[in-house]
Amino acid sequence: MDSKSSYFEDLKIIKKVMEESSRFLSLSGLSGLFAGLFALAGATVAALILFKPGIMLTDEFLFGLSAAGSENQRTLLIIDAMVVLGAAIGISVYLSYRRTLRQGIRIWTPVSKRLLVNLLIPLATGAIFTIILYTQHQWLLLIPAMLVFYGLSLVSAGKFTYSEVFYLGLAEIITGLICAVVPVYGFISWCLGFGLLHIVYGLIMYRKYE
Amino acid sequence: MMRISISDLNKLFENRIRLGIMSVLMVNDSYDFNNLKETLGVTDGNLASHLKALEENDLIKVNKQFIGRKPNTSYSVTETGARLFRSHLKALEDIIKSL
Repeated sequence: MDSKSSYFEDLKIIKKVMEESSRFLSLSGLSGLFAGLFALAGATVAALILFKPGIMLTDEFLFGLSAAGSENQRTLLIIDAMVVLGAAIGISVYLSYRRTLRQGIRIWTPVSKRLLVNLLIPLATGAIFTIILYTQHQWLLLIPAMLVFYGLSLVSAGKFTYSEVFYLGLAEIITGLICAVVPVYGFISWCLGFGLLHIVYGLIMYRKYE
Repeated sequence: MMRISISDLNKLFENRIRLGIMSVLMVNDSYDFNNLKETLGVTDGNLASHLKALEENDLIKVNKQFIGRKPNTSYSVTETGARLFRSHLKALEDIIKSL
């Protein structure tokens, strides 16, 4: 009997060690929740900057961005976006770091490095691509490009962490592609993709793993 | 009747640390000494002796290199090692299933 339970124990060790050495399991679900809330807050600020009475949810206002005299609006939007991005990244790193401390592991391991590289390659490509679209005044493609490239980064990083990250990535890609077909709903797509999807993902992860 | 392949169980993998080392190396192209130590939570001497045993049996290979000025030793699984570990794992699973 003893040997049988020890075989079982062996299998458990193999599974645990394989998982821990190939996946970074300290991402915090709460960071998804916060990222989503920051995104919605940022979207509200953007709406205040952009929307004129009479124009509601579609993106007619975007065409106004090419006009002379819209430089202030553009600058405000970029600042808004950067603050949201910074806050979301900051809180994710902080919460993950806190979880590694609680789990008693280091944050900088071979697998967390691999996770970062695989996340950053599509993400940086997307950032550069978005800047190019911006300089060419391709407003309608900005939001689909952000969503699609962000989704690709998550799909690529998903192999090195919880599999839910992979599925969140797929959902972002689909949202981005739909948005590319009907770009006048860019604002709503942005709130859906960066706001709602993050919040749903964050809540699922938090309930499941923390 | 179910064939239980107890003969595929490998004596070398009876030890939990060696089992752990092999598990890490099966899912990573290579892993260095310090990270192995951290992942498995073992002491230097203990880890070194088990690595030596696996190396002598040609189950893992050692790559020594310098990163900057620091020597860095990393390990990866050999083809033989991978094959034997897979049959060991299969045998464990068969035994559990047959209970």
